[in-house]
Amino acid sequence: MPTVIVDGKDIEIGAHERLNCIEVARRAGVEIPHYCWHPGLSVVASCRMCLIETGTRDAATGKITMMPKLVPGCQTPAKDGTVIVTNTALVKDSRARVEEALLIDHPIDCSICDKAGECLLQDYHFEHGQAERRTDLHPFHSRRRDVGPTVTLFVDRCIMCTRCVRFTREVSGTSELMVINRGSKEEISVFPGFPLDNKLSGNVVDLCPVGALGDKDFLYQQRVWFLKRESNVCGGCSAGCSIVTEHNQDTVYRLKPRENPHVNKWWMCDDGRYGWHHLHDPARLLSAGRLVSSNDDRETVEWSDVTTRLRQELSGAGRLAVAVSPMLTLEEAWMLCATARSIDQQAALFVGHVPVSGSDESFPGGFTIRAEKCPNRRGVEAVVALFESEERGWSDLVAAVSAGEFDAAWITAGYPHAWIDDTTAAPFGQLRCLVVQDLFDSPLAKLATWRLPAAGFAERAGTWVNAAHRAQVFAAAVRAPAGVWPEGRLYWNMLGRRGLYDPAAVRRQIAESSSSLAALGGEIPAVGVDLRIDQLASS
Amino acid sequence: MKPTDPAITWLEEKPLGLTERLYLPLFLQGLSTTARHMVSRKVTVNYPEVRPTVGNPLIYRGVHRLNRDDAGRVKCVACFLCATACPAHCIDIVATESPWPDREKYPESFSIDELRCIFCGMCEEACPVDAIELTSLLDLTGKSREEMIFDKEKLLSVYDMTKDAEPMKSKTLAAGGMATFGTAPGNPTTTAGGHH
Repeated sequence: MPTVIVDGKDIEIGAHERLNCIEVARRAGVEIPHYCWHPGLSVVASCRMCLIETGTRDAATGKITMMPKLVPGCQTPAKDGTVIVTNTALVKDSRARVEEALLIDHPIDCSICDKAGECLLQDYHFEHGQAERRTDLHPFHSRRRDVGPTVTLFVDRCIMCTRCVRFTREVSGTSELMVINRGSKEEISVFPGFPLDNKLSGNVVDLCPVGALGDKDFLYQQRVWFLKRESNVCGGCSAGCSIVTEHNQDTVYRLKPRENPHVNKWWMCDDGRYGWHHLHDPARLLSAGRLVSSNDDRETVEWSDVTTRLRQELSGAGRLAVAVSPMLTLEEAWMLCATARSIDQQAALFVGHVPVSGSDESFPGGFTIRAEKCPNRRGVEAVVALFESEERGWSDLVAAVSAGEFDAAWITAGYPHAWIDDTTAAPFGQLRCLVVQDLFDSPLAKLATWRLPAAGFAERAGTWVNAAHRAQVFAAAVRAPAGVWPEGRLYWNMLGRRGLYDPAAVRRQIAESSSSLAALGGEIPAVGVDLRIDQLASS
Repeated sequence: MKPTDPAITWLEEKPLGLTERLYLPLFLQGLSTTARHMVSRKVTVNYPEVRPTVGNPLIYRGVHRLNRDDAGRVKCVACFLCATACPAHCIDIVATESPWPDREKYPESFSIDELRCIFCGMCEEACPVDAIELTSLLDLTGKSREEMIFDKEKLLSVYDMTKDAEPMKSKTLAAGGMATFGTAPGNPTTTAGGHH
């Protein structure tokens, strides 16, 4: 095994691993500060923050020969016998000088800068900078330049790491951003008439190590130290990007990508990033409404009564059809199927409406936005297959209802966008009992006997299986608004289970009952688990 | 911090000397304090009939105010540092982009729940632009809880009301103003005026 020596400590790396000094040092628990280097982008070694002392150890004699000059850690490959020293006076002095040089022209407007609190310039200055400032303070203001519909640039705050420029060239492949002028006059800009307008533009804000690139959607909404972070999965499409939901007092403020080499690497698309606003839409359904038979009014029913009355009415209605929405988590879908079968042993289970818009959109950096705008079709299909021998979808359900095959239907939806028109919904009007569970009012919900509110993606807990069969487990980031029981809680109570909804318990139960979902039985890592692994092993 | 923390230096209590063990000398010492206060000048007043005098408005911690800049705009830049420092969580700010070219950000709304406030002065200390200050207004009353939540307009009106009697502290301190208010005996900042 190749061995790298980091600050006197031997670190073994894989025989075929291609790592730079920053990555190896991180394994030794040593953080080498860096601005311009990012694991997802090419190396430019321009910021000079990661300068370290390196050398080689002779394998035969064990003699260490050091290089006379400092080298950038990001650009120096670590191989067998590489010696990395990060804590000498020379390295520390170099870091302090880089910090000082960067701060000469940096406006000290941390108090109004959105990045304050998660800014690498702040963090590194605190850790590696000098206590005294030797230059004059510049004006308390940064020029602002509009670079696109989602991103704004604070020109003077920029430290010219060019991460954003490389991102648009290498990952999004759109090359909108560029460096104008030279030397100390360098600035990030766009060509007139070609703004930063692509589906991945929000990522440049995450990449920016300082407060130069600001997200217009988040600008001045909240200081970052007030935000609480919960690991989540994006519900925008079937790619199922790993994300972090940042929230405060049950209000979501922004979504950020979470590193997951199997799914989204370091990125997420703007559709997902800004696709949380429906959570706080005042038009959301916020109470369980039962149609009052005398007119079109609805009475609000207490949730504790909903569980019993719903069971009563559905069991008295006759043949039951259930649409299991691909917005539901695996656990919720399973409990819904179990609930339906406990009401009517012959209940027909259908995979709910799968919204599709356009076609898959791929980017040069290997990122794909899926056309299927729901996060859990594969998971719901797998769950329905546990109960039904034949897989039937939404169109089959609509046809069957039109043909009068059913007397009652339970339609789960939870789609953030309008998904059904009057003509499709019309046949459902003849049913004796129609239960619709959705985020917003719709032509279908208008016909419903029971109109139940659904939970948004950040309010759910459970497992989603993405288009590539990867199951990711997450907890609810925020509580559902007052008056809303997330589906998991409703089904848990309708099944007569005690205590709070516990996704892990349901998950274990699913894993035990199914060989195709057996991988869910164990501890699931943050990056998720590929459900096909067990199937490959058994075949 | 645990009792075993190496940063803690543990000291042995000194053994009692002869005077301590005799008890009576210390007893008399305490009694003499009581006797001295019986004859000394009274500091209590019959509030509200008699208004107490505020010794030094620069260090008094009464009702808050939001200062205005030279153009009459609110000085606050909505950095949330007061809300961050506030131990009672009584400050609520909604920030937005400012309509003025020389400023990036300003508070769209700024409210302080005066009932929740503990008047510790941390907000004033945290403020990087000297926008929030505590005045020497000490009688704070209201008929409802809502009335005691001071919004931006009310806090600005407190400034308009008090600015003549109590100029902005940063300016007063810069002009060595502490000396003019230097009634607090032994106040070390009396001589340190103008350190800004």
